[in-house]
Amino acid sequence: MILQAENLSVRFGGLAAVDDVSLTVPTGKIVALIGPNGAGKTTLFNLISGFVRADRGTVRFQGSDITGLPPHAACRLGMARTFQIVQPFGAQTVRENIAVGSHLHHASRAAALHAAEAVAERVGLRTHLDKLALNLTIAGRKRLELARALATEPKLLLLDEVLAGLNPREIDEVVPVIRGIRDSGITVLMVEHVLRAVMNLSDEAFVLSNGRLIAHGTPREVTSDPAVIEAYLGHGTAARMKAAYA
Amino acid sequence: MRQLAPIAVFGVAVALLPLFVTSGFLLNAAIMMLYVTLLGLAWNILAGFGGQFSFGHAVFFGTGAYAAAVLQAKLGWNAWATLPAALALGAAVGAFIGALSFRYGLRGSYFALVTLAFAEVFRILANNVDFTGAGVGIMVKLKAGPENFQFATKAGYLYVILAFVLAGLLVCWWLKNSRYGAWLQAVRDNEESAAALGVNVFRVKLGAIALSGALMAAAGVFYAQYFQYIDPGLAYGPGVSIEALLGPIVGGLGTLWGPVLGAVLLQLLGEGTRGLFENAPGLSLMVYGALLVLMVTFMPSGILGVLRRKA
Repeated sequence: MILQAENLSVRFGGLAAVDDVSLTVPTGKIVALIGPNGAGKTTLFNLISGFVRADRGTVRFQGSDITGLPPHAACRLGMARTFQIVQPFGAQTVRENIAVGSHLHHASRAAALHAAEAVAERVGLRTHLDKLALNLTIAGRKRLELARALATEPKLLLLDEVLAGLNPREIDEVVPVIRGIRDSGITVLMVEHVLRAVMNLSDEAFVLSNGRLIAHGTPREVTSDPAVIEAYLGHGTAARMKAAYA
Repeated sequence: MRQLAPIAVFGVAVALLPLFVTSGFLLNAAIMMLYVTLLGLAWNILAGFGGQFSFGHAVFFGTGAYAAAVLQAKLGWNAWATLPAALALGAAVGAFIGALSFRYGLRGSYFALVTLAFAEVFRILANNVDFTGAGVGIMVKLKAGPENFQFATKAGYLYVILAFVLAGLLVCWWLKNSRYGAWLQAVRDNEESAAALGVNVFRVKLGAIALSGALMAAAGVFYAQYFQYIDPGLAYGPGVSIEALLGPIVGGLGTLWGPVLGAVLLQLLGEGTRGLFENAPGLSLMVYGALLVLMVTFMPSGILGVLRRKA
């Protein structure tokens, strides 16, 4: 178990954004976190990565308690995250953007820039290294988010909707990249809306709704759970997922 | 490494100047350009590289100037010995203001207002405390000799301010080619992303304001030695704060040569308008103000920023 969250809760005013959520992420797997809009998925990510402080509950990473640790410290321990709304360093090139991540383990500028090239190769940004980040397409920016996080050489990667906003062809290009990340030994926890990709990619899935965890199992199990389908993913979703299966 | 050669060429070119130029007026103009360059370099570290726009850099300048003047006049220190003390004090004041404002996440105009307020507080304090000479100001005693940071010719001062400027340029070159610089620019562009990539945002910003404060204090020391007189308005007044930010904004924020270019252009403009509007003092300041508004509106990344985009 690389990550264990126990009884995490946070309230924003009267809203229980995340309510008593416990989940475990086994080492070396791709674990998906799904659920309808506003279910609290991103907030849960923020609690785990330290961007938001939990009211209650603990987060254990590789066995040690990291509850309340600031994000940069969590990253230094080996937990990197991406943002749903991509946040590139716009005025800098792709190479420089990725190098910020590689600097975590490379003190020298030359070494960091060199490491950045290897990471760019991995996510398919090789030909865009000298482009300004703000000139990338949305798909390019998503890859850049992924590359920067990878450059910190994480053990656990938290991906917040890296596939959202991409067209089906772009999704088909990124899916093998994520699988490759897992195969290189990095555990992945991903929030995702694109169910076809979740079915394809993940080894396990957790379903969150209204801040509470309502299901856990293989993607097939949770998405065929009628309670999940009807109550939380909305009417008609069952049919669409069957289509994705076939 | 590529940018080091131009710095060396710049240093040699300016150092050779006194061999060809003997006019005190022209040498003084060159000294003032370098002095304004130094102010700009200092401000640019925090604003151009770190994205934290200070409107009260006089607080560091004045601290350096007063450190030099008070330590000499009241405690009998050697002028050169006051330099490290002034740098340390500038950095300390920077770290103090930074710790207060960055701890509470002040950004943008809020941070600018806090720095402005600190500069004013220091000005009022200097105006009311005895050991700074209060409102009367403080004189640096005439003790001619290079060992006392006082030179018979303008050339001596030119070499000192040139050395300061070269040090500032090297610091900025280092920011462009180091891990710390990469982190600082990442913080400037997006604090959340930087934090997610393992950057300790608070500490990086604190380092930048301390570095910026130290360099600004060096400018203050030079001012005190060159003019041998300071008072609260000269040291902590808003004039210096504006002079510091104008050059980089005009020349190019976050660039190595922007502050140099900006300082040269603004000094030329200043001399020009002073000549043009001899009978209307203050008009040149209005031209300055208008220029700043135009620059921020139409060329927010400065001349070098525009050139780079065209290239």
